[in-house]
Amino acid sequence: MSTAPALTRYADLPALIGLMTGDEKHRIAAESTREVLWVLYDRVLNVSPETADDPDRDRFLLSKGHGPMTYYAVLAAKGFLDVAALRRWAAFDSPLGHHPDRTLVPGAEISSGSLGHGLGLGVGTALGLRAQGRHRPRVVVLLGDGELDEGSNHEAIAAAGRLGLDRLTAVVVDNGSATHGWPGGIGERFAREGWTARTVSGRDQDALYDALTAPHGRRPLAVVARVRPKG
Amino acid sequence: MRDTFAETVSAALDTDPRLAVVLADISADRFARAAQRHPDRVINLGIREQLLIGAAGGLALAGMRPVAHTFAPFLIERPFEQVKLDLGHQGVGAVLVSIGASYDGAHYGRTHMAPGDVALLDTLPDWTVHVPGHATEVERLLRDALAGEGNVYVRLTERGNAAARPVGAGLVTVRAGSRRSAGVVVAVGPMLDRVLAATEDLDVTVAYTATVRPFDREGLNRLVAQAGHADVLVVEPYLAGTSAHEVAEALGDRRHRQRSLGVRRDTEVRGYGTPADHDRAHGLDTEGIAKAARDFFLV
Repeated sequence: MSTAPALTRYADLPALIGLMTGDEKHRIAAESTREVLWVLYDRVLNVSPETADDPDRDRFLLSKGHGPMTYYAVLAAKGFLDVAALRRWAAFDSPLGHHPDRTLVPGAEISSGSLGHGLGLGVGTALGLRAQGRHRPRVVVLLGDGELDEGSNHEAIAAAGRLGLDRLTAVVVDNGSATHGWPGGIGERFAREGWTARTVSGRDQDALYDALTAPHGRRPLAVVARVRPKG
Repeated sequence: MRDTFAETVSAALDTDPRLAVVLADISADRFARAAQRHPDRVINLGIREQLLIGAAGGLALAGMRPVAHTFAPFLIERPFEQVKLDLGHQGVGAVLVSIGASYDGAHYGRTHMAPGDVALLDTLPDWTVHVPGHATEVERLLRDALAGEGNVYVRLTERGNAAARPVGAGLVTVRAGSRRSAGVVVAVGPMLDRVLAATEDLDVTVAYTATVRPFDREGLNRLVAQAGHADVLVVEPYLAGTSAHEVAEALGDRRHRQRSLGVRRDTEVRGYGTPADHDRAHGLDTEGIAKAARDFFLV
């Protein structure tokens, strides 16, 4: 049996996250994305450090830019980032801040932190790939359910449905943090706008994988990943 | 200018596969034929201005050169955080083209006026801002903007000058004052004809520019050095004093006086009527400029 190199496995994520201290406020937010991020980078996305500039790579857009410790940990585990960089996160001259900056973080497709920007950028990226005849790459945007309160997301959800952006996927990590909630559930809202919507446990890696990879017709895909409500 | 914009961009779509146009219903009719030829590159998002800029940012991230267009208040003011984050902060560029200027749609009232657009963009680094004064200038400026990479704002108006002037080379001297002249007047875009008429009997240098960012600091410094007095009057079609900090930087090495004319900052002019009515209210008609120039140059 071969052994994976150190700090490249799912089981190593806590150790990698442990190298970063100082953003305890967002630790819960970071925790809530652990399985989703791992399944995406380990089994779904067609991107690696070697193909990070390939125009036909899959794009992962972290719209939920707060609490990026798990994101950095996954990027480190997958070789985009030096593990040593994690120790110095949030220092002035570190590439890693409490919100990621795409011009500083290897492998980060967007700079985020302010809520409600990732899905619009994802719509534009999907439109741009389609206009160039690149029909293979996926564009996957990770959002939080609280972030869905932003009206900018509803502009993007409605337009993506109508424009038939079938290479676009929104993964919504639902930890019940939206103040007024979503009648009928988040998936229902996406479905009404012409998306294929699937709701699964955000802790079940196989369920997440199936939801992200099963065919979904000529519609954009929304995967609602439920995790324990924050509290 | 709006027709020239639509024609120039439509023609460029035929030759530059990198180009994409995003719209929010406004002017969609003018791009209908281009949309038939390039359905994936002429995209009308409906009345969704945050998405207009966000999608432009995403298109640029995918390697395209996006052009986004609508009325100035909905292009710059409503989605300002998208302009700040989805373009500049992502490190990508787009060409934003507005119509409506400060009060072309005077009869619509305040909701359709955006005299603060250029001042707002001044809070962000690395924007090129064009304020053409003639349709012919629009074409020249747009061609360069479409072929480039950075963030460019093109501010179109229905009101311009009788003749096109050279663009792209900083300040252009339209009328040179004597070596004992009272100073320099900088006319931005559509203000030129009025400035020329208002200063016709003054010994001043009148310089023109259709590009206010980057501002031609060196050119202004040179013109002021040649004038009798280091006094500069800037006449801009948007918020008064928008370029005052640029003039201060340009003349930081010499004692000087400066005054700015533009849309009033001290009050919201609540009126409808015509653009000419608003010119009078802001002192931007020929008479208003002439009076301000005489006061400033101590004539």
